[in-house]
Amino acid sequence: MEQIIFSLILLIALGVFAFTLSKIVAYFRITKPAYPVRDIGKRLVMTLQTAFLQDKIFRFPLSGFLHAMVFWGFLTIQFVNLEMVIDGVTGGSKSLTFLGFFHSFMVGAADIFAWVVAIFVVVFLVRRVVLHVRRLDGKELKPKNHYDAYVALGLIFILMVTLMGKNIFYLVAYPESLAGSFPVSSLLAPLFSGVTAETAYTIYKSNWWAHILLVFVFANILPYSKHFHIFVSIPNVFLSRTEPLAQLSNMEKIQEEVKLMMNPDTAFSAAPEDSAPERFGVADVEDITWKNYIDSLACTQCGRCTSVCPANITGKELSPRKLFVDIRRRMNEKGPGLRKNKEYNDGKMLIRDYIKEEELWACTTCMACAQECPLNIDHPSFIVDMRRFLVMEESKAPSELNAMFSNMENNGAPWQYSHEDRLKWTE
Amino acid sequence: MSEKATKIEVPVMSEVFAKGNKPEYLFWVGCAGAFDNRYKKVTKAFARLLNKLQTDYAVLGTEETCNGDPARRAGNEMLFQMQAMQVMETLNMYEVKKIICICPHCYNIFKNEYPVLGGNYEVIHYTQYIAEQIKSGRLQPDKSKLQGKKVTFHDPCYLGRGNGEYEAPRFIIDALGLERVEMPRSKSFSLCCGAGGAQMFKEAEKGDKEVFMERTEEVLSMNADIVATSCPFCMTMLTDGLKFKEEEKTTNADIAELLAEACL
Repeated sequence: MEQIIFSLILLIALGVFAFTLSKIVAYFRITKPAYPVRDIGKRLVMTLQTAFLQDKIFRFPLSGFLHAMVFWGFLTIQFVNLEMVIDGVTGGSKSLTFLGFFHSFMVGAADIFAWVVAIFVVVFLVRRVVLHVRRLDGKELKPKNHYDAYVALGLIFILMVTLMGKNIFYLVAYPESLAGSFPVSSLLAPLFSGVTAETAYTIYKSNWWAHILLVFVFANILPYSKHFHIFVSIPNVFLSRTEPLAQLSNMEKIQEEVKLMMNPDTAFSAAPEDSAPERFGVADVEDITWKNYIDSLACTQCGRCTSVCPANITGKELSPRKLFVDIRRRMNEKGPGLRKNKEYNDGKMLIRDYIKEEELWACTTCMACAQECPLNIDHPSFIVDMRRFLVMEESKAPSELNAMFSNMENNGAPWQYSHEDRLKWTE
Repeated sequence: MSEKATKIEVPVMSEVFAKGNKPEYLFWVGCAGAFDNRYKKVTKAFARLLNKLQTDYAVLGTEETCNGDPARRAGNEMLFQMQAMQVMETLNMYEVKKIICICPHCYNIFKNEYPVLGGNYEVIHYTQYIAEQIKSGRLQPDKSKLQGKKVTFHDPCYLGRGNGEYEAPRFIIDALGLERVEMPRSKSFSLCCGAGGAQMFKEAEKGDKEVFMERTEEVLSMNADIVATSCPFCMTMLTDGLKFKEEEKTTNADIAELLAEACL
């Protein structure tokens, strides 16, 4: 009976999750190509270093340590969750024991990590609610973003407590079983020696159910919260750009156009008819690449990018984090319409209605944000893509930059100097 | 720094080529290197070093034109592509294989963004070139010249974060016998001077502070004699910052100027 109930709940959880994913996949269909995903070996190494070993997270040593422990704990506990799901479906108990030492190790590590994660999650809550760390605030963060964080941290805390309860009372109910693989719980179980084996079993079972049900609930809330991060961050690192930070994407269409224009044989012939006019740069979510969108899903709004941004530090409008929060919000707003009709227009745009020109022109392309992002989100390239729209589609650069452009066209230098004077420095 | 108002001899590509010679290196001066009054001194200092090293090089002189970097970063891809086409045509005409750049922005765009357009060159930042010369013993700095001076190095974004070169300039500073102190925000944590991404050519957006003032304050907190850098835009911003602060205890210099002081 229990097995059937469990299997039904599992199917519902998976079904809801699949439904949510299908909506998100449909949004990806709206996006544009970014780059081919090659160099799998290089990407695996990058994923190992940046995702699994958390190398960039440790650039902020204290919060980095807290995050890394929670992350490693999370990975370990997934092993326990997997075993619980198998147990639930098969009606067995500790189905993965056949893995021997590895099983004992993972279960034991999870028993320790449950405590570590629970304590660190409390630290995270204190940091948000009491200390108000500047990085975790910011005007781009709406109340929903903060509630998302409280809900996720609260759920993780309860998940850890139920895991502890499950382990401790399992040992109380079965004192002579597998004690070696519960380093913390085996110390605590004797405190409950007064509890009868029957009561202990009931408490164990309730914790077991509470834990796994919460796992299903949590997994289905995540895609609607900034903590979708938990699913998307590792793939996002794997898919991130492998080129040097300072390398901008090439616009092949324009390269071709310039080649035709500068070739005397083709300069005056008509433009090729077959190519439909394409928008240059990014103005709205239908112009972004799949990478921009997955970046926006992976971002958990930690604000490391914004905290190192020279423009933001000096009080300018730009906050690199905001750009990706905006992409996700705008996709949720316009995505459903675009799925039905590619030409859908709701009278709003990502540029201006969400991201102001002033934000884009405040960027120094110093790459501090991209350097810091633990998920390798590439903010500067996105900023330049939006500038490309402003400059090439709307001729809306700040006037000094227009002057710089005309200097470059006329004199081949951003300043108004003649190329005849290019050797004056030798004098 | 030592001011030499004397004219120096610099080989120009068209003349060298006309004699049937192909120089090993193109020294790409860059627009700031050619036109910015402060930075012209740096260009000259580096050319004098090249002359002393008897490097087989030439400059394009009047045939040089902007490689389009500020246009591209300001979003004007069309103008960038036109500049790039012209530049590649000139470089191909002279069969250029190796390029030495002073400006990290020029260095970056040749190294990372020209190859996909068909322009493949070995691109070297001048700090990398000089560091090699010192390592091989071809350049021997006189450590007594700058002895006792305390230097802090401001990392240009496009040399450091953009291309991972943090060591070459620091190796040179150490080789000159200078005492090197690191700012709280240095290497990959370095704070931008505020001029990148075409900011150099426009007023800053509104805020509470200029980026270069934020950086200048950090520089001054080090109580160094010299703040060294290796980028024309950083040089401009630090010059402005130090001028605004009316601080005389710290002066700014390019690595090339320090080298000229100790090696020439």
